[in-house]
Formats: sequence, structure tokens, C-alpha cells
Amino acid sequence: MLLNQFLLLGALLFAVGVYGVLARRNGVMVLMSIELMLNAVNLNLVAFGLQHDVVSGQVFALFIIAVAAAEVGVGLAIVLLLYRNRKSIAVDEFDLMKG
Amino acid sequence: MDWILENAFLIPLIPAVSFLVILLFGRSVIGAERVHKVGITAVGIVWVLSMIAAISWITRVEDSTSSKYDDAEHAQIAVTEGLSASSAGGLDGELHLAAEDDGYGGDGGGYATTEPVISEVDGWWSSSGVDFAVGTLVDGQTVLLLIVVTSISLLVHIYSSEYVKGDRRFVHYYAFLSLFTASMLFFVMAQNLVQMIVGWELVGVCSFALIGHWWEERPNTDAALKAFLTNRVGDIGLLVGVIILFGEFQTFDIDAINRMVGEMGSEVHFAMLMASIALMAAVCSKSGQFPLHTWLPDAMAGPTPVSALIHAATMVVAGVFMIGRLYPVFFEGFSIGTSSINLMAFIGGFTALIGAGLAFAQWDIKKVLAYSTVSQLGYMVMALGVGAWTAAMFHLFTHAFFKACLFLGAGSVSHAAHHTFDMREMGGLRKHMPHTYKTFVISTLALAGIFPFAGFWSKDEILLGAYEGQEGAGSFLFLGKYPLMLVFGCVVALLTAAYMTRVIWYTFWGEYRGHGHPHESPKVMTVPLWILAVMAVIAGAFNLPTPVLERVGLEGLAHLVQTYAEPTHYLNAIGLSHPPPSFWLAVVGLVLALAGIAITFMYFWRNAGPHGLTERNRYAKAGYTFLEQKYYLDHLYTDIVVGSIKAPIARAANWVNDNVIDKVVNTAGEGARDSGRWVYRWIDQGTIDNTVNALGSGADSGGQGLRVMQTGKVQNYGSLLFGTAAVVAIVFVIVL
Repeated sequence: MLLNQFLLLGALLFAVGVYGVLARRNGVMVLMSIELMLNAVNLNLVAFGLQHDVVSGQVFALFIIAVAAAEVGVGLAIVLLLYRNRKSIAVDEFDLMKG
Repeated sequence: MDWILENAFLIPLIPAVSFLVILLFGRSVIGAERVHKVGITAVGIVWVLSMIAAISWITRVEDSTSSKYDDAEHAQIAVTEGLSASSAGGLDGELHLAAEDDGYGGDGGGYATTEPVISEVDGWWSSSGVDFAVGTLVDGQTVLLLIVVTSISLLVHIYSSEYVKGDRRFVHYYAFLSLFTASMLFFVMAQNLVQMIVGWELVGVCSFALIGHWWEERPNTDAALKAFLTNRVGDIGLLVGVIILFGEFQTFDIDAINRMVGEMGSEVHFAMLMASIALMAAVCSKSGQFPLHTWLPDAMAGPTPVSALIHAATMVVAGVFMIGRLYPVFFEGFSIGTSSINLMAFIGGFTALIGAGLAFAQWDIKKVLAYSTVSQLGYMVMALGVGAWTAAMFHLFTHAFFKACLFLGAGSVSHAAHHTFDMREMGGLRKHMPHTYKTFVISTLALAGIFPFAGFWSKDEILLGAYEGQEGAGSFLFLGKYPLMLVFGCVVALLTAAYMTRVIWYTFWGEYRGHGHPHESPKVMTVPLWILAVMAVIAGAFNLPTPVLERVGLEGLAHLVQTYAEPTHYLNAIGLSHPPPSFWLAVVGLVLALAGIAITFMYFWRNAGPHGLTERNRYAKAGYTFLEQKYYLDHLYTDIVVGSIKAPIARAANWVNDNVIDKVVNTAGEGARDSGRWVYRWIDQGTIDNTVNALGSGADSGGQGLRVMQTGKVQNYGSLLFGTAAVVAIVFVIVL
């Protein structure tokens, strides 16, 4: 079953992304892990679109690629500012919001 | 001509305006030394208006008398259309012919119409469906009082300008004289009982203010308070009486009430009896009748012209006037027509007697005159009590002049002799003050009832009224229908002559016992005295009996007061009769008065009789002390009545205060305190505070607990998010 293989690949990619977000200390790596998760979702959307023979899955995927680009722009800007201010981009060092 | 009768409200209005002008502008604009001119001018105008009113009234009565015989069918045709259809089954345009006989021409007595002139304005105010009108009622009785009040008031105003000159409250004095004149005039032309009460209270207030004119001295304020409070006792009676009358007739209209009593007669006897007894209390206080007369002698603390105006001639006759005004009520209530003794006649006669007795034991000349006033007012009330309406009003009229003259004479004496009223510091003044002496003697003769002075005629009519009584009663031996009243009247006639002679002896004869050099008063005081003295001589001519005038061919002038002043339109309805004159009764009265003078003359001038009896004889001394202490009435009132009421009431009030009110208050306080405590402990502290604290600490510990999660590390949050998402996803997969 072709769909299952796509879905398994998507789930693997997502799991890798989750691991990266939760486990990596480097802010850039975290952003890249988020990209992995987004692309896992894109893979799912395109696979379901193919399965049901509709284009909306691919259109959604395009939207998500565009939004992800913008998100990465913002995310990298934040990381850049963090580095300028604290000389570090290790995310576990930033706990200013600790209650 | 009837203009002034219909617009009589102007008469009290003018002195009322004068009061305000004097009070508000007296000191500032007019100047304190000139205010008396305002007062005199105002009262002068009112006097002229009153005279015009008197002439108008006489003309009106004359016109109605003659027109009645000219057109015998003097019938008034009243056309009332449609609306009164209850009698005629609703026919439109039905005519009712109503013939109204004007007056009482039918009984052959030739009575004139004395229908009052009533001008009223409806809707003064209204309360629970009862409309209170305001207006004036002018009839013969009103006109008679208008003449008396304005004449005496004018003379007193003039006299006072000298007597009270330089007084520190000259302005207030004249303001209150004006207010009193306005109030009294308002009172005598009251159209309904409510207005009458208002006037009654107003004159009381003026009396209070003027008695206490020199209030810096304690006795004067005490006297003013005594007068006011004693009058309050009677005022309750007035209120109760008016309420009874209103309850019976549903109206305050005096004329309507009098007519209804005349029509209903014995149907309303009991209510009228109750009303009469209540109103009698008011008469007792205002007109100084036993047992409420004690304030009147003390009222002499006021300036002498005030005593002359208020406490001799006008205000104190308000009670007599009120009886005369509501005469059908009293006539029916006390069964005056069919009894030989009744409450009013007895109170009047008894007052006349005790007043005359007290006048002997006084050394203060004004107090002698005050008791004389009490006595003479008793005479008037007695006259009304025996049914002699005209005699009472006639005596009111003559008494006003000679008693005012006596008071002003006493004032003149005091003015001359170092401001004392004690007769022991006078004596021999006839040589120094000839005018005062002459006028005083003339008025004394008038008061004593010596022919042909005014008092003789009016006193004789009262004795005649007591003797002849009314048709319904039986007569007792040779003493007539009101035997006790006749005896009282005769004894008082003797006593009056005697005590007045005593005053003349102590004041004007013998040697001068005072200080300084007495002198005659100025003209501004003696001229009013002479005018009053002349009136004391001729006032009797206003109601001469027919037989006297027949001898001189002037019988048309007989019974002027009876003809013009009597409100025959309702006095005839109750069946009041007029006794024919009696020659021998007049002789008896005159002889008694002469005897009184003669006895006193022998005692003082000829030094005859038992001098010094009071020192030698125990019983005589006891009697004298009894008189000197005024029958112990003041002690009775202040010590026994007031004292016995006051002390137990005070004690009871104290007990109630301690044991009831305090206890209630304390119990309430303690209860409030205890419940407050309970609420504090159990509700406030126990429940509310605990709840709030628990909420607070719960939120605190919850926050502390949750705070652990708030690490500030993005990856922790991410783990939570994905963990939760995973759990939710697992639940979805398993459950759905």
C-alpha cells in the first residue's frame, strides 16, 4: 500500500522533528526540527491528496511551505537577537519566564 | 351704602398693614419717636370706616323694615331650571317659584330684617371633602363691636403716645397695639368658626406680648405666661366645642349653624349641651370667669393703656361676644328659655359676686379695676345666661367706655404720682388732678349704676332680664324666673358701688401719702379721658326703654341696640322674648347702688362703722385674709391642682423612664451587642473570613504547585505539549 509507506515516512520525519525540538540545545537546530515536522505534515497532505485525487492537499502543502519560510525568517531573527544579547543560542539557558 | 358692609375685610386689613409698617420700617424709615402717628392714623381711618359701616347698617335695617310694609308681596322669585328635577320627574325647563318672606313681619312686632351681610370666598382650603371658606359676616352685633373696638383703640392709641413716651420698646408697643386692633376686628367679623378661632388666638397672642411688654422684670413675664397658659386651658374647650358643632352640622358657617339650631330645636339638644359646656370653658378663660379668672388681675402687669384696651374693654369681652354670636347653640344647650338656673347664668352670677368681693381687699388700684372687670364680665355672662341678649351686649357697650375711662384714669394717676399703683401711696389727688378726678368720678358713678349714667341703664336691663327670664320658666316668689341670679345681681350692684367709692376715697381724698409733687397729666391724656367720660354719661341713651322716652316724645329712639344690633332672624327662631321695662326694679337697683355708696361714704368720710374690725375680730380677720388671698384660688391651682398633678406625673414618668423605657433601651442595646458579638464570632470570623482565607490559601498553594511547571524553558513546554498531544492521540485511537 503506497499510502501507508508515505504515512510511515511522514510519522518518522515528525518523530525526528519532535526529538529535535525537545532534545537539541542549539536554537537553529530547534528551528530546523520544526521544519522537519512541518514537512512531515506536508508529506501527509500531499499523500492524502493523491489518495483522494484532489489538489487541495498539494495547495495546502504550498501554503505551509510559504508560511514556514516566513516562520523561519522570524525564528532566525529571534535567534540572531538572542545571540547578540546573550552570546549564546542554547535554548535551555533562557528561563526568564520561570514562575 | 352697603359697600363697606360687603368689603368689611378692609377694616381689619388697615391696622394689619399698619402693624407690618411699624414693625418693619418703624425704627429705620419712620423713626422710633414718630411711629405712634402711623398707628393713630390707621386706627383713625378704621374708626371712620366703622362709623360708616354703622350708618350703612342702620340704613339697611331701616330700608328693609319700610319696604316690607310697602310691598307686602315682597317675594323673591327664584327661577331654577331643569337641574333640580328630582322633585319633578326630570322635566326640562320647569319653573320653581320660591317665595321667601324677608324677616319676621308676620308676628306684628315690626322686627326689622337683620340678615347679616356675608361676603365669602370659597375654597380657602379644603380637606377630605370639606371646604373651608373665608369671609366676613357683618351684622348688628359686629357693627356694635366695631364701634367699641375702634373707638377705644383710637383713644388708647392717642393716650399711649404720652403715657409710653420714651419707652425702650415704643415701636413694638405700637406695632402690637395695631396687631391687636386688627386681630380683634378680624375676630368680630369672622364668618365661620375656624376664622373665629384664628382671631381668638391672635388676640391672645397680642395680650401675651403686651402683658409682658416690660419683660425685664420677672413678675411681668410670669403674668404674661399665666395669662397665656390659663387661656390655653379654655382654648381646648373652644376647639372641642367647635368640633362638636362641626360634627353635628357638617359646617363651620356661623350663620348656617345658628339657623339650623333654630330649625332643629330640641332634636340637637344633647349635642348643643355638650358644645355649650365646652365653649363655656373658653368663655371662662378669655372673659375671666370663675374658675379661670385668676389671670386677669395679674395681667395688670402690662402698661395701663393696654389694660384699658385689652383687659377691660375689648379682648376680654371676646367670650361674651362669642356667646352672643352662637346664642342659639347656648340657648338650646342650656335650656335658657325653660330653666330657672343654668351653668352659664350661675358662672356669670358667681363670678360677678366673687369679683366684687375681691375688689375690696386690693391695694393696687389697677387690681381693683381688674376685679371689677371680672365682676362686670360676670354680669354680662349672667345676662346671656338668663336670656337677656340685648342687655348683655348693651352692658358690653357701656362698660367698655366707663371701664376704659377708669383704667386710663388710673394710668393718669400713676403717671402723676411716681409710677405707683398702690393706693396707700396716693390720696388727696383731687386737688392736683382735677380732670382725672372728675372723669374718674363720672365713670365710677356709671359703673356703680347711678341714674342717669350709662351703667344704670345697662345694669337695670340685666336685672330685668334675670327677673323676667324667658316665657317657659316658672317664677319663684317675688324673685322672678331666675331668682338666684337676681339676688347675685342686686348684691353685686351694692358691692360695686361700695368698692368703687373706696377707691375714690383712697386715691383722691384725704392727704397725699406719696413722694414728690403730683401734677395733672397733659392734654393728650386728659382729652381721651373726657371723651370717655362723656360716653360714660350718654352711652346709656343707646338703648333707653320706651316708657322713658315717651315722656319726652322721642319714643322712636327707644331700644336702639335691641332694634339694630340684635340678630332677630335667628333669635326669633329660638323664641327669645323681651321683657317689658319695670319701674320698681330700676328703683331697687338704684337704691342698692346708692346704699353702697352711702355705707362707704359713712365709713370713710364720716369715720362711722366698725373701723379696725379685722384687727379685733378673729372671724373678720379670717374673712379678710380669705379675700386678700383671692379665695386661695392661686394656691389651689399652683400648689394643689398643678402640684398634685405634677408630682405624681413626674414620679410616674420617672418610674416609666427608669423601668420601662430604660429597660427597653438597655435590653435592646444588650441584645444588639450580643447578637453583634455572635455574628462577629460565628459569621464574620468563622464563616466569611475562613472562606476567604481558604480561597486565598488554596489559590496560593495551587499557584505554588503549578509554578513548578512554569520553568521558563521552551523545551519543557514543548515536551508537555507533545506529551499531552500524544496522550490525546492515544485516547482517540483507542476510544474512537
